[in-house]
Amino acid sequence: MEMVISAQMTDKSEHNQEVRQILDRLRSRDNGRDTGVRLMIIGSEDDDTAFIRMVESCGATFVVDEHCTGTRYFWNDVEPRDDRLEAIAARYIDRVPCPSKDWVDRTRIPHILELAREWNVGGAIVMQQKFCDPHELDTPAIRKALEEAGIKTLFLEFDVTVPMGQFKVRVEAFLEMLAEEDLFE
Amino acid sequence: MTATPTYETRPLQCWGKAKEIRKQYYVDYASAHERGGLRWAGGAWTFGAIPCGLGDDVYSLTSEPYGASIAANKDFSMRCLEATERAGYARDLCSYMRNYWGSLLLDEYLWGGSFPKPDFIWQDHICCSHAKWYQVVGDHEPDIPQFCIDVAVGPEGAINENKLSYIVGQMHDGIDWMEEITGRTYDDEKLIEAVYQECRSTSLWAEICCLNKAIPAPLEEKTMYSLYVLGTLAKHSKVVADFYEELRDEVQDRVDNHIAAVPNERCRLMSDTQPPWGFLSLFRYLEEYGALSVGSLYTFGLIGMWEDKPDGSWGPRTTPQQQGIDIKDRDQALRILAAWNLSKPEWQHFYSPHLKTALMVRIAKEWHLDGVLLHYNRGCEGLSVGIAENRLGLIEAGYPVMTFEGNMGDEREFDLARTKARIDTFMETLGFTRESTSTGSASAPSRARRCT
Repeated sequence: MEMVISAQMTDKSEHNQEVRQILDRLRSRDNGRDTGVRLMIIGSEDDDTAFIRMVESCGATFVVDEHCTGTRYFWNDVEPRDDRLEAIAARYIDRVPCPSKDWVDRTRIPHILELAREWNVGGAIVMQQKFCDPHELDTPAIRKALEEAGIKTLFLEFDVTVPMGQFKVRVEAFLEMLAEEDLFE
Repeated sequence: MTATPTYETRPLQCWGKAKEIRKQYYVDYASAHERGGLRWAGGAWTFGAIPCGLGDDVYSLTSEPYGASIAANKDFSMRCLEATERAGYARDLCSYMRNYWGSLLLDEYLWGGSFPKPDFIWQDHICCSHAKWYQVVGDHEPDIPQFCIDVAVGPEGAINENKLSYIVGQMHDGIDWMEEITGRTYDDEKLIEAVYQECRSTSLWAEICCLNKAIPAPLEEKTMYSLYVLGTLAKHSKVVADFYEELRDEVQDRVDNHIAAVPNERCRLMSDTQPPWGFLSLFRYLEEYGALSVGSLYTFGLIGMWEDKPDGSWGPRTTPQQQGIDIKDRDQALRILAAWNLSKPEWQHFYSPHLKTALMVRIAKEWHLDGVLLHYNRGCEGLSVGIAENRLGLIEAGYPVMTFEGNMGDEREFDLARTKARIDTFMETLGFTRESTSTGSASAPSRARRCT
């Protein structure tokens, strides 16, 4: 999340140099703890790193996201064309869209399911920041699709600030529920 | 200051006709299949003239007026809102949408019977919820085909040929799509006629609003809601355009003869955004102070089309017919339709609150206002976005502003008593005192309002 926010704010060429170095270091990085439950986070413009740390302190790791301030920002590549502007435009048209531009069909949902499958997630936290209507309009359909694919979801709704204590109780209960599922498999 | 009746007032003669047109619109839509016709659904801002090319037996149900009508029926509205919430949708979403979906989910039509599902959906997208509105309909009714046109190409002053072509290209695609899903052959002559009528009706509505610059105002906003709504139902319809011409003539006659909407007019106000539809009695409460709302950017500019006039005033946009333009083919009709709609005043604030402030200040000056009532409308983020900026701009321009929070379509988010208390305070600051009796207005024929 912090890397994506950096990409959104800094000069792309400077950012890319740093990303290359980090990618090299990531291959041998030790997280220093068990991965725990492999989670996915789905939502809107949520850059609350304290929330991420809180969840990961409860025995889980966010292994992938589908966020405005996450993978959706950088996901697909620009395919080179003779006309560079055309190449950039084509990428914008094909990119995983913001929900406000994701219609008539919801192209995000197959993408979300694919991410969940490839990253082998055990559960998904769907975060909804109030008053971002396009995301709110997708939430029931996303949760339905994930549940039908066998991926449990926890829906958390917040209004700019995150109620950390309340959310911690709910996250712990969610992780406990997922652990129980493992127990009876 | 007391509010002694001064002006003559009388009911609008064409009031009954307006009600009949509205009623027939909903009946025609619901019963279209009985006559072998087609039903389509879409927003009040969609390019409704385009489906007209499919035939004369094609009827629409525009979503926002339908949501508003539900809101005015508080019992049904509450059942609709709760049905939508049970389906998992957030309470801060557009309350028109929530009312509409609730009607669909309950399978109940406001006017009786089951919900008449459309054969296809024809929408446009400027507010971030517009296309998504029907995407959710598609979640529950996946067999209804839908097409949506993205119109978010920037404010009127920044439109160029590339932007226009982007929209017109989608319109052409949409017509091909309609032919495919309906199996009908598209008739360009019917499209051209509908474009003429849309330009005519929306310009006429602006002309009617301009007549409210007169003192006393011949119309007040509660009445105007029941008249402008016809444009939100079928702005491309000859029936609506003909009615607006008749209404324009009658309102002109009221101006010529100093017939007031509110006989004790003392204080001229405007509102903003959709009102809380279940509580329009607020406007009658204002009249107890001799105050009336002469309209709003919302009432004037949701369907009214405007332009700068040579004398510097804001007036009705000159129609293609008035310019002597003879529309010859489909592409020309679509370009005119797109360009016409891109100048819609209520689309401008999606790009900057300052554009809206400028329009509001202009109304305040030209309509001789004493103050402004701003509805911080939780039910419509699209029209409420930037409204606090508008408040500052209006105050800077010298106009007293009262704000109140509410929701156009969810009565749980509106406090009538508190809003009346705010009005009391506001009117007191403007120097007006409340009369003990209500005075009546132009629309309600059952109430005594002649002041002769």
